[in-house]
Amino acid sequence: MSWRRYLVALPPYAWLALFFLVPFLIVLKISLADQAMGIPPYTPLLADGTLHASGANYQFLASDSLYARAYLNSIWFAASATLGCLLIGYPLAYAIVRAPSRWRNALLLLVILPFWTSFLIRVYAWIGLLKSNGFINNVLIDIGLVHTPLTLLNNSFSVYVGLIYSYLPYMVLPLYAALEKLDPALLEAAADLGCRPSRAFWRVTVPLSMPGIVAGALLVFIPMCGEFVIPDLLGGPSTLMIGHVLWDEFFTNRDWPLAAAVAVAMLVLLVLPMVFLRRYLTGEERA
Amino acid sequence: MSTAHLIIEGVVKRFPDAAAAAVDGVTLEIGAGEFFALLGPSGCGKTTLLRMLAGFERPDRGRILIDGQDMAAVPPYARPTNMMFQSYALFPHMTVAENVAFGLKQDKRPRAEIAERVKAMLDLVKLAPLAGRKPGQLSGGEKQRVALARALVKEPKLLLLDEPLTALDRKLREETRFEIVRIQQRVGITFMLVTHDQEEAMSMASRIAVMERGKIAQVGPPADVYERPANRFVAGFLGAINLFAARVARSESGVVHLQSDEAGASLSVMHAKALTPGTAVTVAVRPEKLLLGSTANPAWPNALSGAVRGLAYRGEASDVEIELASGKLMRATIANADPQARAALALGQRIFLGWRREAGVVLES
Amino acid sequence: MTNRLSPFLAVMMLLGFVFLYGPIASVIVYSFNASRLVTVWAGFSTHWYGELMHNEQIKTAAAVSFEIAVMAATGALILGTLAGFVLSRYRRFVGRTVFGALITGPLVMPEVITGLSLLLLFVALEQAIGWPQGRGIPTIVIAHITLGMAYVSVVVEARLSSFDRSLEEAALDLGARPAKVFFVITLPLIAPALVAGWLLAFTLSLDDLVIASFTTGPSATTLPMVIFSSVRLGVSPQINALATILLVVVACAVLIAGRLVARTRRPARA
Repeated sequence: MSWRRYLVALPPYAWLALFFLVPFLIVLKISLADQAMGIPPYTPLLADGTLHASGANYQFLASDSLYARAYLNSIWFAASATLGCLLIGYPLAYAIVRAPSRWRNALLLLVILPFWTSFLIRVYAWIGLLKSNGFINNVLIDIGLVHTPLTLLNNSFSVYVGLIYSYLPYMVLPLYAALEKLDPALLEAAADLGCRPSRAFWRVTVPLSMPGIVAGALLVFIPMCGEFVIPDLLGGPSTLMIGHVLWDEFFTNRDWPLAAAVAVAMLVLLVLPMVFLRRYLTGEERA
Repeated sequence: MSTAHLIIEGVVKRFPDAAAAAVDGVTLEIGAGEFFALLGPSGCGKTTLLRMLAGFERPDRGRILIDGQDMAAVPPYARPTNMMFQSYALFPHMTVAENVAFGLKQDKRPRAEIAERVKAMLDLVKLAPLAGRKPGQLSGGEKQRVALARALVKEPKLLLLDEPLTALDRKLREETRFEIVRIQQRVGITFMLVTHDQEEAMSMASRIAVMERGKIAQVGPPADVYERPANRFVAGFLGAINLFAARVARSESGVVHLQSDEAGASLSVMHAKALTPGTAVTVAVRPEKLLLGSTANPAWPNALSGAVRGLAYRGEASDVEIELASGKLMRATIANADPQARAALALGQRIFLGWRREAGVVLES
Repeated sequence: MTNRLSPFLAVMMLLGFVFLYGPIASVIVYSFNASRLVTVWAGFSTHWYGELMHNEQIKTAAAVSFEIAVMAATGALILGTLAGFVLSRYRRFVGRTVFGALITGPLVMPEVITGLSLLLLFVALEQAIGWPQGRGIPTIVIAHITLGMAYVSVVVEARLSSFDRSLEEAALDLGARPAKVFFVITLPLIAPALVAGWLLAFTLSLDDLVIASFTTGPSATTLPMVIFSSVRLGVSPQINALATILLVVVACAVLIAGRLVARTRRPARA
């Protein structure tokens, strides 16, 4: 019976080993190489029988403050935007759970639907909304709230908006799943024992939905750190994020080894959250 | 070599990470056409044993033979057994008729034969009009009958029933009991039932094996197991029972006389084996065997007295809780057919009770 | 839950949906704007849809994206289902923890890293064994399968975890061999999850910019890449028109899929 298992597991296992694991080893290897002319634009690891590995790229990363700033920026933006997603997503998820059950599926579908439409286009939509002569500014000026257009684009604000907007469904779904499993009898018991609804929320609902909060936060935080499109389209010079740095090193500077080093450093940064999230993803289904 | 239909020989099964064996050396022989029950509390190993018969678990040691054929390397789809699952396990995407036909289709029987046999089986369980429905549209009792029909249609050598009545409500349970026994007698297939409900086991099976912690505690017809339990566990599991610690005074011609401080009296029990005076044993007597009276009755070979501490009216019978002088609590059950006897009972009232020699049982362990 | 929707919560929910759909609505509305300027409403017009229909670059890119998405989704479905099955059913075997890490890796990995690593792999492979000769549609498909299968496996594993195993045991008991049980019992009953998985992988592929940019070659430009370069140059109403069309198509597909799922779910769920 057991040989059958290996047969079933083999195709995905082999595929992932080749197209996921091996590439990382290659990234690691190339991060230790030097930029070179030609194809491929990096020096080989073994040439003339000797090992050509150098930590020069890593030294460069450590020395140039641009990279440190980009990393810190990424974490800062990702953390703040994760919080933003939580603040907007929690009431949304909670409201859906409380809604009449025949609406719930439709409401969930409405939350998921934007996810199915083009991510690029949704980000692009914000450009039109946030521009100096965009929709929001026009409305504000028309109703007299402001007299000159607000700078809503190409700054931290627009990046936050873009991040929160794009990743909101990823936060709402795990929150909904956790809140839905909550036994209403627990809240009834709390009320019966004299607890006011607002306190019951913080004492009962929030702690019990913590697995959903953690899952949603990790599911959102990790990709946000490496996000490229949003800072590129909506951000400005002050919002440099590490995903953008990697892209630039690779496409603009053609410095593959340096880009690889950036990637490795990013991985090291994210490995702990990734481990937590992975454990949650494959463990939570059992709950 | 026995020619019994089903032979279970020294079967042991231990699950990884488990402290004790789930099934710890079970040996049973079951004859063709018997309705046999495995009875025991949850965790006693009965379900594991059933699954080993079906082929879903492999024994670590021992053998299982069905009609002389060793089942050692035989996978579930090749065994001459069929199972009626506790959750019914009806295929939700198939109709009732398709569910029942499934097993026959796996055997690649001709279409006409399948249709005929399915119809006959649905008639047997009285579900013919529902043949086109899907399981989601059936009631609990109807689903159960489909599960039974599906398991029977292949005419297996052994039919396994996993707690068949547990999911039904009480009234339906009692009706279904009779029906299952009737069906078994008609088709003549060997049935093996697993349950934790002693009423279910006793009312349906012709022989019961009581299991405790992976081992067989006693095997026998229901009346035997109930009236003459082999040990305290079986006595207590098969229904309410009163137990007294006692010491043998003397044995003579099939009767054992004992002294019990708990009972506060001398007792006499019919017991075939002669016991050594001084042996410590347990005397067991069922609540319904107790006779109650407001005065002591000299005809009672076993006579005790106490005070009524509790009364529970149960419709067909009443349970009376009596406290003896020694502080021990006893339970008596009297039929409510005699309103006079019941009327005479009141809380706190002094009461006399006794039982006949043949009503009690001596348990040596 | 006990209480119904309080007014506060209802308002929060409404605001949430306004936030989610506001930008989408603006895209649709301005796709019908006669004026090129997004900021000024100059009357209703389907002019941009007409221009879109003649835009060869976009049409080619759309065809390329669609082709990639179909192949990638199908590949991801097959591999992801196998992986989900392994994750759900096979708890103890040599290398299982590694397998678990590998299969959920693409889910949590930032796309720039996945894209970069795959490109480096393709370059190294080309050097070592001569394949792939240059990058293009095949390499993008491979990359998207790798990403998609992770999502499919999570969906399938979740579905299998709540699957009633006694149904499979009943089928075995009635004489069906394990492979038959999988195809006749398990697969039909988890079909909605498989459809959802395919659609998920399809959408991911259709929508992906970063990984495609890394793993593509001169011959293959995907729709997101065209949109991205166009957007960088400035807002264009043709893009609005394209977005609206995509939105309508996706909404229809999701509605149809939802109906199908609801229909098969009506009898008792396994």
